[in-house]
Amino acid sequence: MIAHTIFFYFFSIIAIFSAIMVVASKNTVYSVFYLILDFISISCLFIMIGAEFLGMIMLIVYVGAVAVLFLFVVMMLNVSGTKDNQFKRKISYSHISFGALISLIIFLELIIVVGGWKYKPNIVEISSIRIDKDFTNTHAIGNVIYTDYIHLFQLAGLILLVSMIGAIVLTYRKREGIKKQSYFKQISREKKDAVALVEVESNKGINLDD
Amino acid sequence: MINIGLGHYLFLAAIIFIIGVIGIFLNRKNVIIILMSIELILLAVNINLVSFSIFTQDLTGQIFTMFILTVAAAEAAIGLAIIVVYYRNKGSIRVEDISSLKG
Repeated sequence: MIAHTIFFYFFSIIAIFSAIMVVASKNTVYSVFYLILDFISISCLFIMIGAEFLGMIMLIVYVGAVAVLFLFVVMMLNVSGTKDNQFKRKISYSHISFGALISLIIFLELIIVVGGWKYKPNIVEISSIRIDKDFTNTHAIGNVIYTDYIHLFQLAGLILLVSMIGAIVLTYRKREGIKKQSYFKQISREKKDAVALVEVESNKGINLDD
Repeated sequence: MINIGLGHYLFLAAIIFIIGVIGIFLNRKNVIIILMSIELILLAVNINLVSFSIFTQDLTGQIFTMFILTVAAAEAAIGLAIIVVYYRNKGSIRVEDISSLKG
């Protein structure tokens, strides 16, 4: 129990610190690295409280795919090259107090909700899909997701497909002057278009250029 | 304070959520930070769902978290593609420079 407490505070302090640094860091590349640290510490928390599958999925999907995508875009766009403009322009600070006020209000509301919240005594009995202690976490999720939630699961795959097509369509551009392979031309090429049989007289030769 | 309960996890999620909201408000540098703040907010929602799922012994929250992960990945891909296209057209992704719709 005491180890659970220590690890909870350790990982949550790292998570909060790195979340602050994501927002406050001057360099965008550092922000992406702090985002990765945040995801790793939260996935450690997930593994610690017993959602191992989701913790590992967080590591694979967020750290392995999304954060690397962010890093790739940040390095591709050369964001720090626009640093010189910052000194020319006057920066207004009026939005900071406004944003801090709204954030404070939302935070207080959340704390009121969390602080005044109480367990209903029979909440465990009315839950729809009980966590079975005999199965591992991954086994239990697999039992449910391929039976009860199969349509939602396939819809999730459809969302990923649509986003992939959207990203390709958005960033695709036709460039001039680039030699490309044309599959249609290759497949529809026949022998009579390409090969010609020529009778060559001896000592005359043949002119291939025409 | 010693026994970690559901309230601690909800408190952590609230703090991370608020940091994400502040990041959207205070940011004047570039749009990529705003996308990262949205990822932070989704992460806070995931913490809420998973901790409720564990502490009420109900698996539904974890399955819902998987769908949120899917949508977050799709959103990041589309958002970054839009940013790349915008940078290619305008040459800057500073938040102050993105004012084409202001008329």
